[in-house]
Amino acid sequence: MIGNKSLFLGAAIIIFFTFMALAAPFLTEYEPALIDGSNLLMPPSARHLLGTDSLGRDLASRIFYGARISLSIGILAVGVATVLGVFFGSLAAFYGGILDSLLMRLVDIMLCFPTFYLILGIAAITQPSVFNIVLIIGLTSWMQPARLIRSEILSLKEREFIQAAKAIGASNMRIILRHLLPNALGPVLVNATLGIGGAIMVESGLSFLGLGVQPPIPSWGNILMESKSTLGVAWWITVFPGLAILITILGFNFLAEGLKKKIG
Amino acid sequence: MRRIFGLVPLFLGITAISFLVVKLTPGKPVILQYALNPKVSLEQIRRLEKLEGLDQPLHIQYLNWLSNILRFNFGYSLADGRPVKEKILERLPITLGINLASLVLIILIAIPLGVKAALKAGGLFDNFTTVILFILFAAPSFWLALLLMQLFCIQLNLLPISGITSLDFEYFTLPQKIIDILRHLFLPVLVSALGGITGLSRYMRANMLEVLNQPYMLACRARGLPERVVIYKHALRNAILPIVTILGLSLPGLLGGSVIFESIFAIPGLGRLFFEAAMMRDINVIMAEVVLVSILTMLGNFLADIAYIYVDPRIRFNSKA
Repeated sequence: MIGNKSLFLGAAIIIFFTFMALAAPFLTEYEPALIDGSNLLMPPSARHLLGTDSLGRDLASRIFYGARISLSIGILAVGVATVLGVFFGSLAAFYGGILDSLLMRLVDIMLCFPTFYLILGIAAITQPSVFNIVLIIGLTSWMQPARLIRSEILSLKEREFIQAAKAIGASNMRIILRHLLPNALGPVLVNATLGIGGAIMVESGLSFLGLGVQPPIPSWGNILMESKSTLGVAWWITVFPGLAILITILGFNFLAEGLKKKIG
Repeated sequence: MRRIFGLVPLFLGITAISFLVVKLTPGKPVILQYALNPKVSLEQIRRLEKLEGLDQPLHIQYLNWLSNILRFNFGYSLADGRPVKEKILERLPITLGINLASLVLIILIAIPLGVKAALKAGGLFDNFTTVILFILFAAPSFWLALLLMQLFCIQLNLLPISGITSLDFEYFTLPQKIIDILRHLFLPVLVSALGGITGLSRYMRANMLEVLNQPYMLACRARGLPERVVIYKHALRNAILPIVTILGLSLPGLLGGSVIFESIFAIPGLGRLFFEAAMMRDINVIMAEVVLVSILTMLGNFLADIAYIYVDPRIRFNSKA
């Protein structure tokens, strides 16, 4: 019951924000980058649902459009990380031996880097673009899924149905893709759901520091960055984007919790 | 100890990856610094590259860099020409101090919180903290920092907004100086501890619950030991052991967080240095810090492993067998 409740709540939150992102042009009459000199720093009102910022741009519109960027970066980055992790993890577990110890050593080494330093360092050298941010976050977070899939496959490998598959002469490729992976994906899926929340957090942190999504493209992180200059003057610019991040991450956390109970 | 030798490949791997990542990412930092400057000719850039050894093959460059690092020579900052080592050393104590303080705060708050929640699992206190912590866990720390700043520093005007000392710090008496630093560091330490508190107290709760359900708890109670002894002597001691490892694992998070909150609160520590270097593409500082921080993490994990073996004799016996 509780599992289903958090699954439902999480899915509801995520559908809500996805709808917000997709339907952004229909939800607001304002363009996110439309500067309006006569409406600077207006508090929330009927005309500007969440108020305006220091350039008179409509905050609600910026948050709706920001959802597109933040959600898609979160989902794509986790996609990259999961694909890499599943690839390396299943190779390591299936073939074992030197390949396994080399790959797992690599995982150990990667885990020593405080991810945020590594990400910031790379972000500083490369051109900040949405594509690069997805790649950077993905390349620095594949270790957890790799470990998960490896331990799953290691235990599945000894089971009878795999021996049976081998006995009838199935190729290694077929055994991995058709027999091992489908059975091992459960925990990875839960981890990926949690990971999307984490990736959104990292993206907003990067953008908050000015090394992520670059203005004028709105992302929740860079709206917060801009809010630093109006701290104490316009509370709404600080509160609403942060709430959007908080609720979205809560949604993914709930969903992961629900999935974990459903699968495990 | 065999474990110490295990650190060597880890160290080589860390340096190799940081080196490769910086070298292989598109965009040459030295060139970028000067490419747009009309006063610098192409020939000068070539000479500069030669000076930095950038015209050599990759593996030679790596070995040179590695041997320099082993002698604690991190080169010069591209921003102001000062040795990187000097810049890092003057900021290291601040970051380490803040992180240690928040580690202490995490332990002091998270462990009692987790234990209390576990003792009456499903009770009012447990449910309340579960909800609060679940929400806090999802909140970006820099956002919380902004909100707290707005509340304490601007609305209530209770705490100073940035830096670690006031402008007239030099003229303060010693107790005034201490209070001044404490007032400046209160929010940064609190914010950087929040993430750890949520994670650790959940973990502590789970551990405590597991121990409380063990048969030997029933045995203790059956022997008529007072509840206080059962819980604090027998249960807590066992539940607290794995925490040592978790503290080691939380190091990267804490150090990574320093970048964000040090730049919010304008604290002149390693995190802010890194942020400034990242903004200016000061490649030597970036590489030095990435290596330094990952080695700190590696040592943290290593010490946690050792400490765990030390506090839990069972592991020592098992690994011998």
